[in-house]
Amino acid sequence: MKRRLVPIAALLAAALTSPAALAQKKYDPGASDTEIKIGNTNPYSGPASAYGTIGKTIAAYFKMLNEHGGINGRKIDFISYDDGYSPPKTVEMARKLVEQDQVLFLFQTLGTPSNSAIHQYMNAKKVPQLFVATGASKWNDPKHFPWTMGWQPNYHTEGEIYAHDILQTKPNAKIGVLYQNDDFGKDLLKGLKDGLGAKAKTMIVKEVSYEVTDPTVDSQIVQLQASGADVFVNITTPKAAAQAIRKVYDIGWKPVHYLNNVGASVGSVLKPAGFDKSVGVITTLYYKDYTDKQWANDPAMKKFEEFMKKYYPDGNLADGSNMYGYSVARTLEVVLRQAGDNLTRANIMKQAAALKDVTIDTLLPGIKINTSATDFAPIESVQLARFNGQQYELFGKVMGR
Amino acid sequence: MTPRALVGLIVLLAAAALLPFALSDYHVFQLTLVLVYATALLGLNMLTGYNGQISLGHGAFYAIGAYCAAILMAKWGVPYWATLPVAGAVCLAAGFLFGLPALKLEGLYLALATFALGVSLPQLLKYHLIEQWTGGVQGITILKPDPPALLTDAGLPLNPDRWLYFFTLAVTIVMFALARNLLRGRIGRAMVAIRDHPVAAQAMGVNNALYKSLTFGVSAMYTGVAGALGAIAVQFVAPDSFGFFVSLAFLIGIVVGGLGSISGALYGALFIQFVPNIADSVSKAAPWAIFGIFIIAFVYLMPAGIAGVVQRARARVMRGESQSETGGAKQPDTPKEAVQ
Repeated sequence: MKRRLVPIAALLAAALTSPAALAQKKYDPGASDTEIKIGNTNPYSGPASAYGTIGKTIAAYFKMLNEHGGINGRKIDFISYDDGYSPPKTVEMARKLVEQDQVLFLFQTLGTPSNSAIHQYMNAKKVPQLFVATGASKWNDPKHFPWTMGWQPNYHTEGEIYAHDILQTKPNAKIGVLYQNDDFGKDLLKGLKDGLGAKAKTMIVKEVSYEVTDPTVDSQIVQLQASGADVFVNITTPKAAAQAIRKVYDIGWKPVHYLNNVGASVGSVLKPAGFDKSVGVITTLYYKDYTDKQWANDPAMKKFEEFMKKYYPDGNLADGSNMYGYSVARTLEVVLRQAGDNLTRANIMKQAAALKDVTIDTLLPGIKINTSATDFAPIESVQLARFNGQQYELFGKVMGR
Repeated sequence: MTPRALVGLIVLLAAAALLPFALSDYHVFQLTLVLVYATALLGLNMLTGYNGQISLGHGAFYAIGAYCAAILMAKWGVPYWATLPVAGAVCLAAGFLFGLPALKLEGLYLALATFALGVSLPQLLKYHLIEQWTGGVQGITILKPDPPALLTDAGLPLNPDRWLYFFTLAVTIVMFALARNLLRGRIGRAMVAIRDHPVAAQAMGVNNALYKSLTFGVSAMYTGVAGALGAIAVQFVAPDSFGFFVSLAFLIGIVVGGLGSISGALYGALFIQFVPNIADSVSKAAPWAIFGIFIIAFVYLMPAGIAGVVQRARARVMRGESQSETGGAKQPDTPKEAVQ
């Protein structure tokens, strides 16, 4: 009998002493001594299902972290649902994550329309909508939406950077623009115009748009050539980007070709378009491209390769989306480590808004993540790069803030 | 309606009224969507199940209804309940007008024409000249209606989700009751006659052209009202919300639920609301393949839809009971129920 009492006494002692220990720890729903629940929606089905690989990479990354002991001793429970890129479904799934699964916060919900649909809900519920996977500039609005934060450089900034480069290198350029007719395309175009300032009206000689569902952009390219433009700003997503590169080459048009980051992947755009046809294309980069030979012996790239082979063997190494998912998951890891044992929703936002010169080894050298209470745009710098037929060659300084 | 059916209906309504107090807000929201889809499916079922016209574009009417509600609420401050009649009227007119040229088209050709409507509408919504109203690709965000102060002051445990559920439930009941009267009366018989044998229907004095376009209009109206309710529940509309898959989901819903059956709309709504979630939980790699397997299984195992299976089960139970209790005296009831 006596022997049996010993463990009970030990338990009692533990129970009595634990309040003191607990005083240091603060939890909101979704966090405990043993785990952190994180919610996510991704398009695993539907028209944008190519992006679904981001969710899978992130899940694989957390699996690796958990195998190595988790974050501050807590395992990550990453719950990701398919929303098929349909905003009503995103609303349903976000509510499921917040109200039923009781996650601590949402992370990397993907798509501008999908995130717009839950923007108000998340802020009314005061649940973080952290590092959303879209480059719209509206996520950087801490005054009105203190629970929402982007991650990647926004499209507006990217447009401004092209404008500055054009003004510096070719001040009398005649610019032709092809843009995708949605908020992404319009956001970037507006950045370009804002960057050109008063000269935008005279310098941009032709603007044509296409729908993401259009089968080709051939006629748009022909129109742009006919306008006499000598600079081509190509604001497109991968399929149209590859078609545009090919068509520009085939009709013998030789403009200075700026291609936005979204459509600049070596593996999924330049390769199908043809490397010989892609020579001279200029873009902005912020993370390292796996197919780029200059990183072949980079330790960060080696680590990425090992991770992919072990934890996500089905994933395509050359797909930029996987590198993207890996990099953003690492950024979240920094935030969670920084939050320590204070795992409240308010502290998650506070820590996410207190990143000082954070470097992630898969981002380009010189790119630092900075946020503050008034700056909810983590990555604001990029570097220009020109394709030389084999790989991108970075040139100029890291630009932006 | 037999006393037994009446009791069944009362039990069902009581369950529907008590359910939101037993469930979490998230589940209440899901049930609200089920009711919304049920109304939309009822509209499509009138057209396809009862009148034999196939539509692959009802997502367009759903979108029009949703945008009516969103624009009225966000731009003109119209109260949410007042947007429903407007959405219904706009869709009635749009459906009737679309139904006129569609008269010339039969079967697959009509399916293609409506398909064109379904795929083009999301793009038209992005058109820059109407962007100031539709919000372009960004869409429109609307606020969730609060329960009336009168009811909350009276101490009822309502919150916006529960209130919206009851509001939707009331609208759905009214819409179903209206549909039942319409379909079981002279007009309903004319619609079915046109479906089964247009020439014979004409010979019997049915104005085929008028009935077909009217059916199109009423069907669009139902779907439009559902769209408005859906927009209020989701609080957001954007062209991406109304992709072509919405139209397809409606068609899947009525076939799985049961063509030409009023209750089938409800079963179909449950299917399109919950089965994709099940598919997602089974496999992240190929959720649509799982969804496809579900569809094939349902269509193969229940050729008359879920409503057909329920009907047969009910008929069997009743027959068994009446034979054992009264020696088959109630037999005449069963065939009448089964006809519907």
